[in-house]
Amino acid sequence: MLDSSRQANELADIQSRLLFIKIGLLMILVLLGLRLWQLQIRDGPHYQELARDNRTRTVALEPARGLLYDRNGLLLANNIPSFQLYVSLEDVPDRDHLISQLPRFIEIDEESLAGKLAKKGRRERVKIKGNVTLKEAAIVESHRLDLPGVFIQPEYQRHYPLGTYASHVIGYVGEISETQLKDPEYADLQAGRIIGQFGVERTFDEELLGEPGQEIIEVDALGYPKRSLSVNRPIAGDDFYLTLDIRLQQLADDLLGEESGSIVALDPWNGDILALASRPGFNPNDLSGGISQKEWNQLLQDSRHPLTNRAIQGQYPPGSTFKIVMASALLDTQTMGAQDSMSCNGVFPFGKRQFRDWKKWGHGTVDLKKALAESCDVYFYKAGNQLGIDSIARYSRQFGLGEKTGIPLPSERSGLVPSPEWKTKAKGEPWYPGETISISIGQGYLTATPLQMARVAGVVATKGKLAQPRLIKARRLRATGNMQEYPDSPIRQLPIPAHIFSTIQEGLAAVVTEGTAKRAQSELVSIAGKTGTAQVVALKIDPQEDVPKKHQDHAWFVAFAPVEHPKIAVAVLVEHMGHGGSAAAPLAKTLIEAFMHFHEPQRPSTPRQSSLDNAQLFG
Amino acid sequence: MSLMNDNVNRRGLDAFDWCFLGVILAIISMGILSIYSVSNTDTSAFPVYWKQTTWMGVGLVAFMVAAGIDYHRLVRWSYILYGLGLLLLILVVIMGKSSRGSQRWIPIGPFMMQPSEFIKIPLILTLAAYYGTTSRLGWIKRIIIPSLIVLPGFLLILKQPDLGSSLGFLSIFILILLTVGMKSKAFGFMILAGLMLFPFAWGGVWGSLHSYQQDRILSFVDPSSDPGGKGYHGLQSRIAIGSGQLLGKGLHGGTQTQFKFLPEGHTDFVFAVYAEEWGFLGSVALLTLYIILFLMGLEIASKTKDVMGSLLAVGVVAMIGFGVIVNIAMTSGLAPIVGIPLPLMSYGGSAMVVNLTGLGLLLNVKRRRLSLI
Repeated sequence: MLDSSRQANELADIQSRLLFIKIGLLMILVLLGLRLWQLQIRDGPHYQELARDNRTRTVALEPARGLLYDRNGLLLANNIPSFQLYVSLEDVPDRDHLISQLPRFIEIDEESLAGKLAKKGRRERVKIKGNVTLKEAAIVESHRLDLPGVFIQPEYQRHYPLGTYASHVIGYVGEISETQLKDPEYADLQAGRIIGQFGVERTFDEELLGEPGQEIIEVDALGYPKRSLSVNRPIAGDDFYLTLDIRLQQLADDLLGEESGSIVALDPWNGDILALASRPGFNPNDLSGGISQKEWNQLLQDSRHPLTNRAIQGQYPPGSTFKIVMASALLDTQTMGAQDSMSCNGVFPFGKRQFRDWKKWGHGTVDLKKALAESCDVYFYKAGNQLGIDSIARYSRQFGLGEKTGIPLPSERSGLVPSPEWKTKAKGEPWYPGETISISIGQGYLTATPLQMARVAGVVATKGKLAQPRLIKARRLRATGNMQEYPDSPIRQLPIPAHIFSTIQEGLAAVVTEGTAKRAQSELVSIAGKTGTAQVVALKIDPQEDVPKKHQDHAWFVAFAPVEHPKIAVAVLVEHMGHGGSAAAPLAKTLIEAFMHFHEPQRPSTPRQSSLDNAQLFG
Repeated sequence: MSLMNDNVNRRGLDAFDWCFLGVILAIISMGILSIYSVSNTDTSAFPVYWKQTTWMGVGLVAFMVAAGIDYHRLVRWSYILYGLGLLLLILVVIMGKSSRGSQRWIPIGPFMMQPSEFIKIPLILTLAAYYGTTSRLGWIKRIIIPSLIVLPGFLLILKQPDLGSSLGFLSIFILILLTVGMKSKAFGFMILAGLMLFPFAWGGVWGSLHSYQQDRILSFVDPSSDPGGKGYHGLQSRIAIGSGQLLGKGLHGGTQTQFKFLPEGHTDFVFAVYAEEWGFLGSVALLTLYIILFLMGLEIASKTKDVMGSLLAVGVVAMIGFGVIVNIAMTSGLAPIVGIPLPLMSYGGSAMVVNLTGLGLLLNVKRRRLSLI
């Protein structure tokens, strides 16, 4: 312990310091008292007024939605300023009066206006109309006195510079609907928010949205802003870089042109989607600008279904493209060897039925390579009969058929791999052995989406790798500004030996060099593929010239290239265009040539240019 | 000495003690009244103002205990108690219940305990014990060692993250350090160096940032804070206080709080509620009560006959003084909104018990000083 004299010394010291602390503390507290005098006495009446009239309004500041780019940084979606019409109900003395007055100044019908204002609280701010024209905005501004509580606010409007290109992938945005407001997924969002409604805009809405800010403003008696009292800035949403190569995407869209159909191009090694075209499309700018009910109904009732993303929602019988799966099953189960041949005379008798080949007099002696190249039906009828439906279904699933691919887009369909169990459950009927024969050439209940079929081509190209489609390459976090690469997609390795795929690759190469898809043959790049024709009318009697277009068959072509070192897998489906070899294969060829051109720019471009021009003409 | 202590205990409370207790109870009552005013729509069986009244009861028991046991005996436990406090803070980081993005609470039965409040008492005891028994010579002994005692607690609270409480924690140390006095040379050097370096640190790094970047950094340290004080809370709080004017709007008359313009009226913004309803006169009355409380506390500190007791008293005044100054400055728009409750007024069991325990220690010091005469 300290001795007492030291103790006394220190105490005296402490006491003298305590005096300063006492004075300091008093000064600070007096300062606080002065501040209270300032707030309550000097500025008291002002604050009293603010409190009494509730002259402060809290305005939500919409954040800028995240931007969308393609894999090379080309802009796909951005934001442009536009005028929005709001009503601040607090400043509206007479609601009915407003409902009758406002339609005199701007284009809006009384009924929908009344609907928007119904059941709104006394203090709410309601967005009445988005994307107001400059003229309307000027009219509203000049009639402030007649329209208390009505005001124009500039906000962001989503803009898609490419118009209808890639519309199904990018999607569109729109005001949150009443049903969505009740959905727990959107629990933290207010009415009037603009959210993604389709495509990537919808899937990644949460990240794209950003965080709204808030501004507190002082308003005058008419509800017009006098000055800003405080601002809490909004935080913009994250930007996304898609895996799409927009040059390929535009070409794919153009190649389909006015036809209905879909083209999918992907990198078979990692599942990157390079192009995902579906026609007819829509212009997301129209849909995002607030579309009238009438236009919306028109879109929904359009018999060509422009809002359907055929690449992932269109379920078509794969036709002869399914023979790729059949051939793999055949070799892997050793039901038939690659060299085993049989004779085809154009007919496969099964029970009381005669299953016909597409070539009336048959293909003569056929082995696997020739069966693929010439798409011999009888060969695969026999193969399917020996394999049986369970084995066919098992291999189909291995190739990713009958299940969703997991592409991050809304409303993907799974297609259907039928089985006896499925039929009993869904149709209440037994499985007829004849159905197995139909499935063998990709008809019957079997359906697949173009994306699934592109993956089938990819599996052969990579000798057994089935990658989950990847649509997002990178994301730029707005909070930090950092780029974040998206993780690689999971890849499934099929339990089929590589040499089997080599054999099938040879067969598919022959399809292009000497078989049904000679029109896909390119001077620039070696292509391997398989044509297909999906029957629309179940029982085709005789191919006639005057079959109405809606009953004509769908044309398929799935391919990969180059054969030696595959870099791209493609599926083309054109509705009601007949044979895959003539309608679909040339499109795939043009697309693949363009892809090779983009990736090997050092090559001379003249011959390619001409072939591209041809393609444009074709489209 | 113990015989004389017994002698003191039997003497009961004198006029000073009664006055001291009276001021405390008056402030708490004003708090409960304000909490009652904003929670009159609380229809639960056990409304929040009853909870606060209960906490006052618990706190008064702690007050009596803290006043009763000789502080010379209490400080013997100080290091162990401080160690326990640090353990609890570590526990918060590991398993604490998250409240608005930061972890501050440990559930104990039906209650939520806030260790960053409770550790303040062991800190005061520890610093008093340290300086009461250590020679004044040498700056290592005077500054470095006690800094090392304070640092882990400070960092653990900052990590929660709770910027306000960690600064409150630090303020106790700083005020005790000022009182016990560094050597005048060292003290002068530190201030000089600080003044010289400050413009560079301020201008070169902090000042070059945009205000929203500064806000973002402060928000990062403590997400629930409103560093600019310019957000919704800050403005509504100023409107509430200002619109109270001279006489206030009376009980339940505060439109700002009654109509929910100002949230959290029963916790951090209880002063705004009080000032709106009782006006400038009421606010000045409350400020005066706090001033009396602090002056009494510092009076006890300067009349005490040993260093330990004196520093104990200073520590308690620092703890409560920091809360009062920062909270009122924050609600009236003079300081960033960092989430500091107003001592004895704001709703909160942990804070109530801790503050009353501290005030009990003050009385303890006052009553033992006679024993040395």
